[in-house]
Amino acid sequence: MNVIVNGESVQLQDGIENVKDLLEHYDIQDKVVVVEVNGNILTSAQHQSTRLSDKDRIEIVHFVGGG
Amino acid sequence: MNNRYSRQELFTPIGKAGQENISRKHVLIIGAGALGSAGAEALVRAGIGQLTIVDRDYVEWSNLQRQQLYTEDDARNRLPKVIAAKNRLSAINSSVSIEAIIADASALELKEWTQNVDLIIDATDNFETRMMINDAAQMYGIPWIYGACVGSYGITYTIIPKKTPCLSCLLGTVPLGGLTCDTAGIIGPAVNMVVSYQISEALKILVGDSDSLRNKLISFDLWKNQYSAIKVEKLKKKDCPSCGKERTYPYLSFENQTKTAVLCGRDSVQIRPAHPVVRDLEALEKTLQKQGGTVQRNPYLLSFSTGSHRLVIFQDGRVIVHGTKNISEAKTLYHRYFG
Ligand SMILES: [Zn+2]
Repeated sequence: MNVIVNGESVQLQDGIENVKDLLEHYDIQDKVVVVEVNGNILTSAQHQSTRLSDKDRIEIVHFVGGG
Repeated sequence: MNNRYSRQELFTPIGKAGQENISRKHVLIIGAGALGSAGAEALVRAGIGQLTIVDRDYVEWSNLQRQQLYTEDDARNRLPKVIAAKNRLSAINSSVSIEAIIADASALELKEWTQNVDLIIDATDNFETRMMINDAAQMYGIPWIYGACVGSYGITYTIIPKKTPCLSCLLGTVPLGGLTCDTAGIIGPAVNMVVSYQISEALKILVGDSDSLRNKLISFDLWKNQYSAIKVEKLKKKDCPSCGKERTYPYLSFENQTKTAVLCGRDSVQIRPAHPVVRDLEALEKTLQKQGGTVQRNPYLLSFSTGSHRLVIFQDGRVIVHGTKNISEAKTLYHRYFG
Protein backbone atom coordinates (compact mmCIF):
# COMPACT_ATOMS: atom_id res chain seq x y z
CA MET A 1 0.00 0.00 0.00
CA ASN A 2 0.93 3.62 -0.41
CA VAL A 3 1.00 5.93 2.60
CA ILE A 4 2.30 9.41 3.39
CA VAL A 5 4.93 9.50 6.14
CA ASN A 6 5.99 12.94 7.39
CA GLY A 7 4.77 14.48 4.15
CA GLU A 8 6.50 12.00 1.86
CA SER A 9 4.76 9.35 -0.22
CA VAL A 10 6.03 5.86 0.69
CA GLN A 11 5.29 2.48 -0.90
CA LEU A 12 5.07 -0.06 1.94
CA GLN A 13 6.05 -3.67 1.36
CA ASP A 14 3.62 -6.46 2.24
CA GLY A 15 3.65 -7.44 5.87
CA ILE A 16 3.64 -3.90 7.24
CA GLU A 17 0.11 -3.86 8.58
CA ASN A 18 0.05 -1.71 11.69
CA VAL A 19 1.93 1.20 13.27
CA LYS A 20 4.18 -1.13 15.24
CA ASP A 21 5.29 -2.81 12.00
CA LEU A 22 5.97 0.59 10.48
CA LEU A 23 8.18 1.67 13.40
CA GLU A 24 10.12 -1.59 13.08
CA HIS A 25 10.46 -0.98 9.35
CA TYR A 26 12.14 2.35 10.11
CA ASP A 27 14.16 0.71 12.91
CA ILE A 28 12.86 3.17 15.50
CA GLN A 29 10.83 0.70 17.58
CA ASP A 30 13.19 1.25 20.52
CA LYS A 31 12.93 5.02 20.41
CA VAL A 32 10.39 7.13 22.21
CA VAL A 33 7.98 8.30 19.53
CA VAL A 34 4.73 10.16 19.09
CA VAL A 35 2.67 8.90 16.14
CA GLU A 36 -0.32 10.53 14.49
CA VAL A 37 -2.44 8.74 11.87
CA ASN A 38 -4.86 10.85 9.83
CA GLY A 39 -4.83 13.55 12.48
CA ASN A 40 -5.44 11.17 15.40
CA ILE A 41 -2.69 10.96 17.96
CA LEU A 42 -1.95 7.49 19.31
CA THR A 43 -0.77 6.33 22.70
CA SER A 44 2.01 3.75 22.53
CA ALA A 45 -0.49 1.07 23.60
CA GLN A 46 -2.37 1.72 20.34
CA HIS A 47 0.57 1.16 18.00
CA GLN A 48 -0.07 -2.51 17.45
CA SER A 49 -3.85 -2.24 17.22
CA THR A 50 -3.82 0.62 14.73
CA ARG A 51 -4.02 -0.94 11.27
CA LEU A 52 -2.75 1.01 8.30
CA SER A 53 -4.67 1.54 5.06
CA ASP A 54 -3.83 2.89 1.65
CA LYS A 55 -3.38 6.69 1.55
CA ASP A 56 -3.07 7.06 5.34
CA ARG A 57 -1.27 10.21 6.45
CA ILE A 58 1.20 9.32 9.18
CA GLU A 59 3.35 11.66 11.23
CA ILE A 60 6.16 10.20 13.32
CA VAL A 61 8.20 12.27 15.76
CA HIS A 62 10.98 10.65 17.76
CA PHE A 63 12.55 12.17 20.84
CA VAL A 64 16.28 12.83 20.96
CA GLY A 65 18.44 14.16 23.75
CA GLY A 66 21.40 15.99 22.19
CA GLY A 67 21.92 19.67 22.56
CA MET B 1 18.77 56.10 24.55
CA ASN B 2 20.21 54.58 21.36
CA ASN B 3 18.06 52.76 18.85
CA ARG B 4 19.52 49.28 19.13
CA TYR B 5 16.07 47.65 19.38
CA SER B 6 14.40 49.75 16.67
CA ARG B 7 13.98 46.88 14.20
CA GLN B 8 12.41 44.67 16.83
CA GLU B 9 10.07 47.50 17.92
CA LEU B 10 9.00 48.05 14.31
CA PHE B 11 7.89 44.42 14.25
CA THR B 12 4.24 44.97 15.21
CA PRO B 13 3.65 41.91 17.45
CA ILE B 14 6.48 43.18 19.69
CA GLY B 15 6.39 46.98 19.36
CA LYS B 16 7.65 49.41 22.00
CA ALA B 17 5.46 47.91 24.71
CA GLY B 18 6.71 44.40 23.96
CA GLN B 19 10.32 45.56 24.04
CA GLU B 20 9.65 47.15 27.41
CA ASN B 21 8.32 43.79 28.63
CA ILE B 22 11.30 41.89 27.24
CA SER B 23 13.71 44.21 29.04
CA ARG B 24 12.18 43.33 32.40
CA LYS B 25 12.33 39.56 31.97
CA HIS B 26 14.68 37.03 33.52
CA VAL B 27 15.45 33.87 31.52
CA LEU B 28 17.23 30.74 32.74
CA ILE B 29 19.15 28.68 30.19
CA ILE B 30 20.26 25.23 31.29
CA GLY B 31 23.23 24.20 29.17
CA ALA B 32 25.78 26.29 27.31
CA GLY B 33 26.62 23.91 24.48
CA ALA B 34 25.34 24.38 20.94
CA LEU B 35 21.69 25.16 21.76
CA GLY B 36 22.61 27.23 24.81
CA SER B 37 25.18 29.35 22.95
CA ALA B 38 22.83 30.22 20.13
CA GLY B 39 19.82 30.72 22.40
CA ALA B 40 21.72 32.94 24.82
CA GLU B 41 23.11 35.11 22.05
CA ALA B 42 19.65 35.58 20.52
CA LEU B 43 18.06 36.55 23.83
CA VAL B 44 20.87 38.88 24.85
CA ARG B 45 20.73 40.63 21.48
CA ALA B 46 16.94 40.86 21.83
CA GLY B 47 17.49 42.77 25.08
CA ILE B 48 16.17 40.64 27.93
CA GLY B 49 16.79 42.11 31.38
CA GLN B 50 18.53 39.21 33.03
CA LEU B 51 20.06 35.92 31.97
CA THR B 52 21.16 33.05 34.17
CA ILE B 53 23.14 30.42 32.30
CA VAL B 54 24.27 27.13 33.79
CA ASP B 55 26.71 24.55 32.44
CA ARG B 56 28.97 21.85 33.87
CA ASP B 57 31.60 21.70 31.17
CA TYR B 58 34.54 23.59 29.69
CA VAL B 59 35.29 24.57 26.08
CA GLU B 60 37.00 21.98 23.88
CA TRP B 61 38.13 22.11 20.26
CA SER B 62 35.31 19.83 19.10
CA ASN B 63 32.81 22.46 20.30
CA LEU B 64 33.97 25.21 17.95
CA GLN B 65 32.27 23.80 14.84
CA ARG B 66 28.83 24.80 16.17
CA GLN B 67 28.96 26.46 19.61
CA GLN B 68 28.88 30.01 18.39
CA LEU B 69 29.99 31.90 21.48
CA TYR B 70 33.40 30.23 21.77
CA THR B 71 36.81 30.90 20.29
CA GLU B 72 40.11 29.05 19.89
CA ASP B 73 41.46 30.90 22.92
CA ASP B 74 38.62 29.55 25.05
CA ALA B 75 39.44 25.99 23.95
CA ARG B 76 43.16 26.50 24.51
CA ASN B 77 42.53 27.84 28.03
CA ARG B 78 39.88 25.21 28.82
CA LEU B 79 37.62 27.99 30.02
CA PRO B 80 34.36 26.84 31.63
CA LYS B 81 31.68 27.36 29.00
CA VAL B 82 29.57 29.74 31.04
CA ILE B 83 32.59 31.96 31.79
CA ALA B 84 33.51 32.15 28.10
CA ALA B 85 29.83 32.69 27.28
CA LYS B 86 29.47 35.51 29.77
CA ASN B 87 32.57 37.26 28.38
CA ARG B 88 31.20 37.17 24.86
CA LEU B 89 27.58 37.96 25.79
CA SER B 90 28.61 40.98 27.89
CA ALA B 91 30.57 42.30 24.92
CA ILE B 92 27.47 41.88 22.73
CA ASN B 93 25.08 43.63 25.09
CA SER B 94 26.44 45.23 28.26
CA SER B 95 22.99 46.23 29.52
CA VAL B 96 21.92 42.65 30.19
CA SER B 97 22.66 41.35 33.67
CA ILE B 98 24.29 37.96 33.20
CA GLU B 99 24.88 35.34 35.86
CA ALA B 100 27.19 32.45 34.92
CA ILE B 101 26.95 29.31 37.04
CA ILE B 102 29.48 26.48 36.68
CA ALA B 103 27.52 23.49 37.91
CA ASP B 104 25.81 20.25 37.08
CA ALA B 105 22.19 21.25 37.69
CA SER B 106 20.96 19.37 40.77
CA ALA B 107 17.34 19.15 41.91
CA LEU B 108 17.94 21.48 44.82
CA GLU B 109 19.60 24.16 42.72
CA LEU B 110 17.06 23.86 39.93
CA LYS B 111 14.25 24.56 42.35
CA GLU B 112 16.08 27.61 43.65
CA TRP B 113 16.84 29.02 40.18
CA THR B 114 13.37 28.31 38.81
CA GLN B 115 11.62 30.39 41.47
CA ASN B 116 13.22 33.60 40.26
CA VAL B 117 12.74 33.41 36.50
CA ASP B 118 10.03 34.06 33.91
CA LEU B 119 11.06 31.34 31.47
CA ILE B 120 13.44 28.37 31.15
CA ILE B 121 15.15 27.37 27.92
CA ASP B 122 16.26 23.76 27.71
CA ALA B 123 19.71 23.45 26.17
CA THR B 124 20.86 20.33 27.99
CA ASP B 125 22.18 17.17 26.38
CA ASN B 126 20.42 14.63 28.59
CA PHE B 127 16.96 13.58 29.73
CA GLU B 128 17.85 13.24 33.38
CA THR B 129 18.27 17.01 33.65
CA ARG B 130 15.27 17.67 31.40
CA MET B 131 12.97 15.66 33.65
CA MET B 132 14.19 17.70 36.64
CA ILE B 133 13.57 20.93 34.72
CA ASN B 134 10.11 19.60 33.86
CA ASP B 135 9.28 18.94 37.51
CA ALA B 136 10.69 22.24 38.78
CA ALA B 137 8.80 24.16 36.07
CA GLN B 138 5.53 22.46 37.05
CA MET B 139 6.20 23.07 40.73
CA TYR B 140 6.57 26.83 40.25
CA GLY B 141 4.35 27.29 37.19
CA ILE B 142 7.15 28.48 34.91
CA PRO B 143 6.99 27.87 31.13
CA TRP B 144 9.91 26.02 29.55
CA ILE B 145 10.90 25.14 26.02
CA TYR B 146 12.25 21.68 25.22
CA GLY B 147 14.75 21.53 22.39
CA ALA B 148 17.15 18.84 21.18
CA CYS B 149 19.01 17.82 18.06
CA VAL B 150 21.22 15.12 16.60
CA GLY B 151 22.65 14.75 13.11
CA SER B 152 20.42 16.89 10.89
CA TYR B 153 17.35 16.22 13.05
CA GLY B 154 15.77 18.51 15.60
CA ILE B 155 12.75 18.55 17.89
CA THR B 156 11.11 21.18 20.09
CA TYR B 157 8.03 21.72 22.22
CA THR B 158 6.83 24.55 24.45
CA ILE B 159 5.51 23.43 27.82
CA ILE B 160 3.11 25.77 29.61
CA PRO B 161 2.08 24.61 33.09
CA LYS B 162 -1.69 24.08 33.54
CA LYS B 163 -2.19 24.29 29.76
CA THR B 164 -0.12 21.87 27.74
CA PRO B 165 1.02 18.32 28.43
CA CYS B 166 4.39 18.21 30.18
CA LEU B 167 7.46 16.30 29.01
CA SER B 168 6.59 13.41 31.30
CA CYS B 169 3.11 13.19 29.66
CA LEU B 170 4.73 13.06 26.22
CA LEU B 171 7.42 10.52 27.03
CA GLY B 172 5.03 8.22 28.87
CA THR B 173 6.30 5.50 31.15
CA VAL B 174 9.26 4.61 28.97
CA PRO B 175 12.40 4.11 31.02
CA LEU B 176 14.91 6.87 30.38
CA GLY B 177 17.44 4.20 29.43
CA GLY B 178 15.58 4.00 26.10
CA LEU B 179 16.81 7.51 25.38
CA THR B 180 20.47 6.70 25.17
CA CYS B 181 23.36 8.71 23.88
CA ASP B 182 23.27 9.85 20.30
CA THR B 183 26.57 9.40 18.55
CA ALA B 184 25.52 10.45 15.07
CA GLY B 185 27.27 13.82 15.20
CA ILE B 186 25.52 17.10 14.62
CA ILE B 187 25.51 19.86 12.02
CA GLY B 188 25.22 23.54 12.92
CA PRO B 189 22.06 24.26 10.89
CA ALA B 190 20.06 21.69 12.88
CA VAL B 191 21.12 23.48 16.08
CA ASN B 192 20.12 26.87 14.73
CA MET B 193 16.78 25.63 13.47
CA VAL B 194 15.85 24.30 16.92
CA VAL B 195 17.02 27.55 18.48
CA SER B 196 14.98 29.61 16.00
CA TYR B 197 11.85 27.78 17.12
CA GLN B 198 12.79 28.05 20.79
CA ILE B 199 13.58 31.76 20.73
CA SER B 200 10.51 32.66 18.65
CA GLU B 201 8.39 30.94 21.27
CA ALA B 202 10.42 32.62 24.02
CA LEU B 203 9.77 36.08 22.57
CA LYS B 204 6.03 35.36 22.36
CA ILE B 205 6.05 34.35 26.02
CA LEU B 206 8.18 37.32 27.11
CA VAL B 207 5.91 39.88 25.40
CA GLY B 208 2.81 38.09 26.69
CA ASP B 209 1.43 37.00 23.30
CA SER B 210 0.37 33.51 24.38
CA ASP B 211 -2.26 33.28 21.61
CA SER B 212 0.54 33.11 19.07
CA LEU B 213 2.29 30.12 20.66
CA ARG B 214 2.64 27.16 18.34
CA ASN B 215 1.01 24.46 20.49
CA LYS B 216 2.53 21.66 18.45
CA LEU B 217 5.36 19.19 18.78
CA ILE B 218 7.76 20.09 15.98
CA SER B 219 10.39 17.90 14.40
CA PHE B 220 12.41 18.23 11.22
CA ASP B 221 15.28 16.69 9.35
CA LEU B 222 17.22 19.22 7.30
CA TRP B 223 19.13 16.58 5.35
CA LYS B 224 16.21 14.26 4.59
CA ASN B 225 13.97 17.28 3.91
CA GLN B 226 11.28 16.22 6.36
CA TYR B 227 9.08 18.27 8.65
CA SER B 228 6.35 17.32 11.04
CA ALA B 229 4.05 19.19 13.44
CA ILE B 230 1.74 17.23 15.72
CA LYS B 231 -0.99 18.41 18.07
CA VAL B 232 -0.28 16.60 21.30
CA GLU B 233 -2.71 18.11 23.83
CA LYS B 234 -4.58 14.78 23.99
CA LEU B 235 -1.48 13.23 25.56
CA LYS B 236 -1.91 15.32 28.72
CA LYS B 237 -2.42 12.80 31.49
CA LYS B 238 -4.63 13.43 34.52
CA ASP B 239 -2.52 11.01 36.55
CA CYS B 240 0.86 12.37 35.38
CA PRO B 241 3.36 12.28 38.30
CA SER B 242 4.78 15.65 37.24
CA CYS B 243 1.71 17.72 36.21
CA GLY B 244 -1.33 15.67 37.25
CA LYS B 245 -3.67 16.15 40.18
CA GLU B 246 -1.72 14.02 42.60
CA ARG B 247 1.69 14.99 41.42
CA THR B 248 4.80 13.96 43.33
CA TYR B 249 7.58 15.56 41.21
CA PRO B 250 9.49 12.27 41.15
CA TYR B 251 12.54 13.62 39.35
CA LEU B 252 13.29 16.15 42.07
CA SER B 253 13.47 13.57 44.79
CA PHE B 254 16.84 11.88 44.35
CA GLU B 255 19.47 13.89 46.14
CA ASN B 256 22.47 13.69 48.38
CA GLN B 257 24.27 10.91 46.65
CA THR B 258 27.46 10.77 44.69
CA LYS B 259 26.31 10.87 41.12
CA THR B 260 28.06 9.49 38.12
CA ALA B 261 27.14 9.97 34.49
CA VAL B 262 28.70 8.82 31.25
CA LEU B 263 28.89 11.94 29.07
CA CYS B 264 27.29 11.52 25.67
CA GLY B 265 29.65 10.61 22.83
CA ARG B 266 32.67 11.86 24.71
CA ASP B 267 34.45 8.85 26.17
CA SER B 268 34.17 10.58 29.55
CA VAL B 269 32.55 10.04 32.93
CA GLN B 270 31.46 12.79 35.30
CA ILE B 271 31.54 12.22 39.05
CA ARG B 272 29.76 14.65 41.34
CA PRO B 273 30.36 14.54 45.10
CA ALA B 274 27.42 13.91 47.40
CA HIS B 275 27.73 17.30 49.05
CA PRO B 276 29.00 20.50 47.47
CA VAL B 277 32.58 21.25 48.45
CA VAL B 278 35.01 24.03 47.59
CA ARG B 279 38.33 22.64 46.39
CA ASP B 280 41.59 24.49 46.88
CA LEU B 281 42.88 23.96 43.35
CA GLU B 282 46.25 25.55 44.07
CA ALA B 283 47.01 23.15 46.91
CA LEU B 284 45.75 20.25 44.83
CA GLU B 285 48.07 21.26 42.01
CA LYS B 286 51.07 20.98 44.33
CA THR B 287 50.00 17.54 45.55
CA LEU B 288 49.37 16.20 42.08
CA GLN B 289 52.69 17.49 40.73
CA LYS B 290 54.41 15.02 43.06
CA GLN B 291 52.38 12.14 41.58
CA GLY B 292 53.87 12.36 38.08
CA GLY B 293 51.74 13.28 35.12
CA THR B 294 50.98 16.75 33.78
CA VAL B 295 49.04 19.35 35.74
CA GLN B 296 47.47 22.49 34.29
CA ARG B 297 45.31 24.94 36.17
CA ASN B 298 43.16 28.00 35.48
CA PRO B 299 41.07 29.91 38.06
CA TYR B 300 38.10 27.55 37.58
CA LEU B 301 39.49 24.07 37.08
CA LEU B 302 42.53 21.84 37.16
CA SER B 303 43.47 19.32 34.50
CA PHE B 304 45.64 16.31 35.38
CA SER B 305 46.92 13.92 32.68
CA THR B 306 48.20 10.53 33.60
CA GLY B 307 48.72 7.67 31.14
CA SER B 308 45.76 7.52 28.74
CA HIS B 309 43.47 9.37 31.15
CA ARG B 310 42.89 13.00 31.87
CA LEU B 311 41.03 14.11 34.97
CA VAL B 312 39.52 17.57 35.20
CA ILE B 313 38.41 18.81 38.60
CA PHE B 314 36.25 21.87 39.16
CA GLN B 315 36.11 24.07 42.24
CA ASP B 316 32.79 22.51 43.28
CA GLY B 317 34.50 19.11 43.50
CA ARG B 318 33.09 17.69 40.30
CA VAL B 319 35.48 15.59 38.26
CA ILE B 320 35.32 14.68 34.59
CA VAL B 321 37.41 11.61 33.79
CA HIS B 322 38.37 11.53 30.10
CA GLY B 323 39.50 8.41 28.30
CA THR B 324 36.94 5.98 29.69
CA LYS B 325 33.25 5.14 29.51
CA ASN B 326 33.58 2.74 32.40
CA ILE B 327 32.09 4.16 35.60
CA SER B 328 33.99 1.90 38.00
CA GLU B 329 37.31 2.63 36.29
CA ALA B 330 36.51 6.35 36.53
CA LYS B 331 35.65 6.02 40.21
CA THR B 332 38.91 4.20 40.90
CA LEU B 333 40.90 7.05 39.33
CA TYR B 334 38.77 9.60 41.18
CA HIS B 335 39.48 8.02 44.56
CA ARG B 336 43.15 7.49 43.79
CA TYR B 337 43.83 11.15 43.08
CA PHE B 338 41.09 13.13 44.80
CA GLY B 339 40.32 11.08 47.90
ZN1 LIG C 1 2.50 15.74 32.71
